[in-house]
Amino acid sequence: MEKNTTNVLDASSFDHAALADKFNADEPRVDWHDKTLWFVREKRDKAASQLPEWETLRETASQIKNNVLSNLHDYLLEFEENARKNGITVHWAANADEHNKIVHRIIEEAGTTHIVKSKSMLTEECHLNTYLKSRGIEVVDTDLGERIVQLAGEAPSHIVLPCIHWKKEEIGSLFSRHLGTPEGNSDPQFLTAAARANLRQHFMTSRLAITGVNFAIAETGEIVVTTNEGNADLGVHLADVHIACVGIEKIIPARNHLGVFLRLLARSATGQPITTYSSHFQRPRAGQQMHIVLVDNGRSQRLGSDDFRNVLKCIRCGACMNTCPVYRRSGGHSYHYAIAGPIGAILAPGIDMKKHADLPFASTLCGSCSNVCPVKIDIHDQLYKWRQVIVKNGHVGFMKRLNMQVMAIVFSNPLIYKVSGGLGRALLKYFPFVINNRFNPWYKQREMPTVPNQSFRGWFRQNRHTND
Amino acid sequence: MTSREAILKAVKKNQPGHAPLPPQTYVPVEGQDLALRFTDVLTSIGGKVIAVQSWEEMRQSVQSLFPGQERRVNLVPELRNIDIDTSIDHDPHTFENVHVAILKGHFGVAENGAVWVTEENMGDRALPFICEHLVLAVEGRAIYPTLHEAYNQIGNANYNFGTFIAGPSKTADIEQSLVLGAHGPKSLTLFLKETSNTHAHHSYSGT
Repeated sequence: MEKNTTNVLDASSFDHAALADKFNADEPRVDWHDKTLWFVREKRDKAASQLPEWETLRETASQIKNNVLSNLHDYLLEFEENARKNGITVHWAANADEHNKIVHRIIEEAGTTHIVKSKSMLTEECHLNTYLKSRGIEVVDTDLGERIVQLAGEAPSHIVLPCIHWKKEEIGSLFSRHLGTPEGNSDPQFLTAAARANLRQHFMTSRLAITGVNFAIAETGEIVVTTNEGNADLGVHLADVHIACVGIEKIIPARNHLGVFLRLLARSATGQPITTYSSHFQRPRAGQQMHIVLVDNGRSQRLGSDDFRNVLKCIRCGACMNTCPVYRRSGGHSYHYAIAGPIGAILAPGIDMKKHADLPFASTLCGSCSNVCPVKIDIHDQLYKWRQVIVKNGHVGFMKRLNMQVMAIVFSNPLIYKVSGGLGRALLKYFPFVINNRFNPWYKQREMPTVPNQSFRGWFRQNRHTND
Repeated sequence: MTSREAILKAVKKNQPGHAPLPPQTYVPVEGQDLALRFTDVLTSIGGKVIAVQSWEEMRQSVQSLFPGQERRVNLVPELRNIDIDTSIDHDPHTFENVHVAILKGHFGVAENGAVWVTEENMGDRALPFICEHLVLAVEGRAIYPTLHEAYNQIGNANYNFGTFIAGPSKTADIEQSLVLGAHGPKSLTLFLKETSNTHAHHSYSGT
């Protein structure tokens, strides 16, 4: 079975609706994708409901993050000082390009061209792999899901489950081409074993390992990295040089705050009580070099926005994606950004509003994302606020703008409202094709209710006295 | 201005007014059978738990589970009377052929089946991850209800490297099918040793 891969990085037009259309062409796949993610959401619910203190934990986590954002300057300095005392080299990168240059320089200094990397959404955000590849450095993503999409030339479609959009038969076919497994074998156990054997060779021969960071602790200058596979640890412990890339918002004040965050993280992500490994890197091992690259890339600007700074509280669990009715049915690649789903839709416009102007509209504003968020980010409120900012800045299409202007006129004028209501009912009743046609996306895969004979206004006028 | 200065300056300018740290109002659950809960949770995430009365009983059990045709590395001092490789090389790559590593954990966490292991008990940081099978030993009394108590116990220890290990390495990246043995150990066997009265105080202290 061959998979039609979409390389989102090459897509010439970035539009959520158009990319979702592509995903929706295969209806059984959409149903399967939807159900698989809902299954993960249900596992999260089960795990959360087992802790009576769950809501207290969420509130505590949210408040710790508020404290972090309000004192980030001092926490960054405290973290830097303690990390240096621990023998770690700390670098600062203002943007993605500087981050990539710093990482490249460290790799050059280490004199290697072959490196392993565990999951890091920050390096996706900075397009590190592309940058290094064009400079002759081979980066092997070691998380199984990330390796699968890397072999296919794709970007991850989910921050926790990178190849959630792939079927096992397609992975079997991909592995037979790249890893030489027998064609037709799509047993997950077998395929995982094949990837394990292949990646073990990369672990054994790479002298430099890159990891992301889940939490950076100001009090101790240590970083915590969580995985289920053990790939971050294997990479780092077998390498001479460890580079950890971290956004400046990932700081938490004290080590014991990990008790709060690690209790929430895996339960929110996959319903596990904790990931298999929660590794605390406090000092490099004897003879090893350890670098931490602190990256801003727009975060310090976001910190100044009362409406949008809360997005910086995110701990990247992916719960908002698993629950989102739009994400589940449109697929991660429809968001054309390193981080998909509701959280991606409020992160991306902060990086490039024009390019990602479509994303805050890819939502029903149902609020499910905010309800599952372990750090209580007001995701759906931010989606709504971004829409307003985007329209004000003129980044919506002509039709949407025209629609909105017409609606503004209709709703602000009672007479026009009354007339257009009657006109609309008549049109829908006698000339439905004027509205229900292929040019109106609202009618795609939808059936509208039958048109009432009377407006509410008319009904009310007739009946207002009967119930008095 | 360096990037460091520019970032710090922008952060200082843009950060909102002080929000205080919340009280950690967690109330510990009383009267749980912690060893039982720990065993249940660890078993549910793919670990195997064996309760033993003595180190000798553990030694016999290890011998029968891993008879030693392949390389075994043991770093539990109480088991050193058995004929197991205890040498630690300086190159972590040399552990690639380790079939089973036997290490001591400081304590376990009942709510999630995790065991806290630090560098001082690993011999080499790579060992618990590169071995084919991992055996951990934890004293029965050293089980805490949740991560809150676990971090209270860890305190401000300087462990250089420490990790919570909860079960064997795993992945569900292929169609959400759970597979044990992703990159790390394919199995985790946890020996829960009943605490003898002669060792009245369990203490964990980092270096």
